[in-house]
Amino acid sequence: MGAFFIQPLITAALVLVLTAPISGLVLDGYRFDLHWQPPLWLALAAFFIHVGLILIRRLLRPGQKAPPQQNSRQIHPTVLRTATILLPLLGLLLPFFLGKYWLTVAILALIYVLLALGLNIVVGLAGMLDLGFVAFYAVGAYGYALGQEYLGLGFWAALPLGASLAAGLGMILGFPVLRMHGDYLAIVTLGFGEIIRLILNNWVSFTGGPNGMRVDSPTLLGLEFSRRAKEGNVPFHEFLGIDYSSNHRHIFIYLILFLVVLATLSLVTRLKHMPLGRSWEALREDEIACRSLGINHVTVKLSAFALGAMIGGIGGVFFAASQGFVNPTSFTFFESALILAIVVLGGLGSIPGVIIAAIVITVLPELLRDFSDYRVLVFGLAMVCMMIWRPKGLVQNRRPVFQRRSA
Amino acid sequence: MAETPSHREPILELKNVSSHYGPVRALEGVSLTVHQGEIVTLIGANGAGKSTLLMTLFANPRATVGEVFFAGTKITHLPTHRVSPLGLALVPEGRRIFPGMTVIENMELGRTALGQQRQKVNLEFLYNLFPILKERRGQKAGTLSGGEQQMLAIARALMSQPRLLLLDEPSLGLAPMMIRKIFALIQTIVQSGTTVFLVEQNANQALQIADRGYVLVNGQIRLTGTGHELLTNPEVRQAYLGKLTHRE
Repeated sequence: MGAFFIQPLITAALVLVLTAPISGLVLDGYRFDLHWQPPLWLALAAFFIHVGLILIRRLLRPGQKAPPQQNSRQIHPTVLRTATILLPLLGLLLPFFLGKYWLTVAILALIYVLLALGLNIVVGLAGMLDLGFVAFYAVGAYGYALGQEYLGLGFWAALPLGASLAAGLGMILGFPVLRMHGDYLAIVTLGFGEIIRLILNNWVSFTGGPNGMRVDSPTLLGLEFSRRAKEGNVPFHEFLGIDYSSNHRHIFIYLILFLVVLATLSLVTRLKHMPLGRSWEALREDEIACRSLGINHVTVKLSAFALGAMIGGIGGVFFAASQGFVNPTSFTFFESALILAIVVLGGLGSIPGVIIAAIVITVLPELLRDFSDYRVLVFGLAMVCMMIWRPKGLVQNRRPVFQRRSA
Repeated sequence: MAETPSHREPILELKNVSSHYGPVRALEGVSLTVHQGEIVTLIGANGAGKSTLLMTLFANPRATVGEVFFAGTKITHLPTHRVSPLGLALVPEGRRIFPGMTVIENMELGRTALGQQRQKVNLEFLYNLFPILKERRGQKAGTLSGGEQQMLAIARALMSQPRLLLLDEPSLGLAPMMIRKIFALIQTIVQSGTTVFLVEQNANQALQIADRGYVLVNGQIRLTGTGHELLTNPEVRQAYLGKLTHRE
């Protein structure tokens, strides 16, 4: 029983030491005021969280002497089946119960899920460290904005356009980096991300530069989600004969986005079990062996880049649609780092882990609004802790086991 | 046993092949042939160019001089990934399995070379050959023992139903028991109709099961003959088997 509390106590002490200088010392004019309460609360919270984690672990694995069985970690099939039906339903109903603020947070969370799923293909499955993923996100968003400005395209046309633009750009980036690995690849992709941002920032006559561009919100079969439609059009609320609410627009975007996330999810999970997905993973593990087995590393790598970029581009289109405005400051390196952090925290290559991490990382800062100055700090701490205690991510990538191949 | 089927068209033929790593010449004017149904072995010391020769077949590095033919097709300048679909399969030196993937996934990847016909592969045949792999099919390949990993590498190569199996030092780092087992397996594979080109340092074992052999020294073919001839050749014995001078 003693051991039960020792580790949480150590955790609490560590939290106290780490957070006391930050949250306990408050600058007041030229003096420091000592506030003991915030760090103590944090330490207490850390203590209980750790106790809770230990309890959960005990519950999951009763009887310490029993060796950890492989099967106990597998989720029961009926549980899994109900979850795959219930969770999407819950997700579809969710926006109708949310206020405008949380609705935008939920949309942002879904966008990050999408981005993380895209980057997960490149980094998690194909094992290519991409630090410039935000470029594809930006291309998607600007594809929509520019398409609307110069070609008069709407949201529905921008979706495939943004996706294919990003995919094409992914291929273009893919070619020069085919022979690169690790550090070199990271540097090139980092530079690529910056190039895109700098172009958007400096080509003022075309992209509006730092002033950004306005984007129309999407329409449903020509129905607009504004209080008053453009000439000749009927706004959504008048068509249905309901009162106008600015939420409708967000609910609509949320619902399409949710469906797109579901589609992406099924695509990515399927790909993992298909020859292409397997080749990505194999290429990550041993390139020479792959090539001698007849795997064309060029097409396999390019497809990973293109598919990841495409998903990122779609995320960008949704970002532009939900914000109603794009400008280059949304696409800085920090954004790339954030998406990468989501993928790493979630567990490289693990799809449920990536989804959970994306939601946690977008929703948590909103919950900790008062704490927002320390957001990046908490983030860094979380990363360090993760790498120490769960180096393979929140949800470890489980290999599919083929049990019933006829004996 | 060691009749040379010279009247038949060779399945693999190297004509005067040289290859380089940058300015360093690794192979110089190598010519050799492998015929259908044979076990041909290539022996040589460290750095003689044995692995380079195999990689040259896969155009990595490409032959700078000379020509490589496989079943009548010139493959000298074919891109690496286009070679194995022709019916060549390589078991690379040091096994090079995919450690993070399961045994069955490793084997599935071996089908790649077959393209559209990949459904036709008979897993049962391989499972009969390597019962241990069937047992461990859901396990990560990196957790297998060295010998099992070697078997997996061979099984993965056989998944593409190759006409010619290239083995690069399958005995590397294995216990003598396991080496004997692997060599027995190689003989079974040949009996099932696959031709084998075996690159080895373990000259004694390799020459015992080989129909013919080549000795590679400093990137050049020094000697050639039937397995038996080479086993009894004093030069080979002195260089690779180390018996004549030391014990007698």
